[in-house]
Amino acid sequence: MNLITAHDLSKTYLKGETKVEALKGLNFEIEPASFVSFVGPSGSGKTTLLNLIGCLDKPTSGILRVDDTDVSGLDTRMAAAFRGKKIGFIFQDFNLIPVLTVYENVGYPLVLVQNTPSSERKQRILALLDAVGMAEQKDKYPDQISGGQKQRVAVARALVTKPKLVLADEPTANLDHKTAYMVINIMKKMKSELGTTFIFSTHDQKIVGEAEIIYTLEDGELAGREV
Amino acid sequence: MFDLFKIAIRNLLRYRRRTLLTVSLVSIGVVSVLVFVSASGSFKNMMIGQITDSFLGHIQIHKKGYVASIDSLPLTLNLGSNTLEKVEKAINEIPDIEAYSKRIKFGGMFSNFVETTNVRLNGVYPEDEARTVPLLLSRVREGERTIRTGEILVPELLAKGMKVKVGDTVVVIATNRDGSVNGKQFQVGGILESATGPGGRDGYIHIDDAAEILRMDTTQISEIAIRLKDFDKLHEVFDRLKDKLSNEVNKQGGPAFEVHMWEKLSPFYNIARMIDIMTFFVKLMLIAIVLISIMNVMVMAVYERIREIGTIAAIGTLPGKILAMFLIEGFSLGFFGAVVGNVLGVATISILSMAKLTFNFGRQKGLLLSPGINIQDILLISIMVITISVLASLQPAYKASKMNPIDALRHV
Repeated sequence: MNLITAHDLSKTYLKGETKVEALKGLNFEIEPASFVSFVGPSGSGKTTLLNLIGCLDKPTSGILRVDDTDVSGLDTRMAAAFRGKKIGFIFQDFNLIPVLTVYENVGYPLVLVQNTPSSERKQRILALLDAVGMAEQKDKYPDQISGGQKQRVAVARALVTKPKLVLADEPTANLDHKTAYMVINIMKKMKSELGTTFIFSTHDQKIVGEAEIIYTLEDGELAGREV
Repeated sequence: MFDLFKIAIRNLLRYRRRTLLTVSLVSIGVVSVLVFVSASGSFKNMMIGQITDSFLGHIQIHKKGYVASIDSLPLTLNLGSNTLEKVEKAINEIPDIEAYSKRIKFGGMFSNFVETTNVRLNGVYPEDEARTVPLLLSRVREGERTIRTGEILVPELLAKGMKVKVGDTVVVIATNRDGSVNGKQFQVGGILESATGPGGRDGYIHIDDAAEILRMDTTQISEIAIRLKDFDKLHEVFDRLKDKLSNEVNKQGGPAFEVHMWEKLSPFYNIARMIDIMTFFVKLMLIAIVLISIMNVMVMAVYERIREIGTIAAIGTLPGKILAMFLIEGFSLGFFGAVVGNVLGVATISILSMAKLTFNFGRQKGLLLSPGINIQDILLISIMVITISVLASLQPAYKASKMNPIDALRHV
């Protein structure tokens, strides 16, 4: 069974008085435990599509099913609960919470989103920090670590709730090539170890090659699929 | 919940100077209110104590219509022996009454054989009077602190004006209820310091002397002053007394007696009311300080952390938890402000109390201000500050919880 199914998926929004068709009738399917990349130039609709898959926005028309749930019908609260349970996020700017340590940042979704018991929490956080190579930095605050380290912490935070899907919007955009590869490789490793589906958007051609499936978006339409 | 508190405290410590300023502002407000409440409360309680314990008593009972014509001290509205018996029976049935004193009040002429002037006098049973208004005899500046038959306690202004001193012989002349005039010689037993309020400049004689001057064959009492064991039970005892006496009717079918609490008999009650109103407005100012300062800080906190709110919303934090997170920040600001304010306030009050500040009120000099604060006031002010802090955080917290994650994440 597919993890994600999109059928005739469209998104239109108003920019001032202008109607912008961000996505135009997309059809695609993504299987579980895939490592998928959406590529395309700026304004091609990558972020809009990730927002729809991540239940941060609703499609204007069409069907979008994530883990057998029609996510277009979820209200704000249900969407938040769905994200907390099924989806992990990695952001371009890392978006770690500055007042929390590395350990606490990774543990945040377990504490405030999933209410996981503390013994299990500790075990999961330490295992993930170890997996992304950040165990020794666990007591540092975000402003005490480098950009690459921050993104590794963000990967651990995205995975700590054992989501079925991790969405990463331009996760390497603020990193140098070496660090970007390292982060992508960590994501690949985690996908292999945990069976989590990773979907990331990028316009960096060198990074794109690391994906197993590459969807190309152009002007809101799917222009190609490479395996 | 503990984790929410931990995050809230960390967020407050993120902007240390701003948090410190806000907590300081709230604390200063709390200190000001506590000091004002304690000082004004001390002043009010002391003045009430002075008035009720010096001459008024806590409650007074008269024949119906007496208080309305109290300026003329009408002897025609005295309580006769039959009615007096009923009143005393009602009083004795209430265990919360500590003492009562029967008084004959009348106006007369006071002469030192050279000059003559008006005087208002109270004829009292000395022991009952001393138990009912225990500060009365402490007002005796010169002479012995007692009221003997044949002696008169002269108010100090009268003594000064008439140039009489302890041991002098004076004459009191009065008209009895039938209109005939009678006089009696007295020896000045003491000079009585004036007290604030009506009755504070009256003279005192023994009740037997009063009955003799007024040629009373049977007991006739103008008023009964009552002292309670516990002043806090004033309204309760008043209601019970009124209830017990309500069955007694006069010849016209109306109530035979009137019962008054001290506050209906003394103009100081209006000052006490004004103190209460001022205290209310000072509390209102504290509410305004807390409301504006906390709301300002929380609006800033939300504005500065829009991307962070977007992040935590995106990773699945429910709107209710985001709301709670900001409410707890506001709560913490109020809580710490209240705690620091209470500690500093109690310390300030203790220092003021130790400083033994004195003040004058009316003709009473050197009254000692002894400010104190009770736990109820501290709790009330703390709860008020914390509640207002949470309410002030409500709008910014609600705004944060309703933020669209996409817009919030895009915020620069």
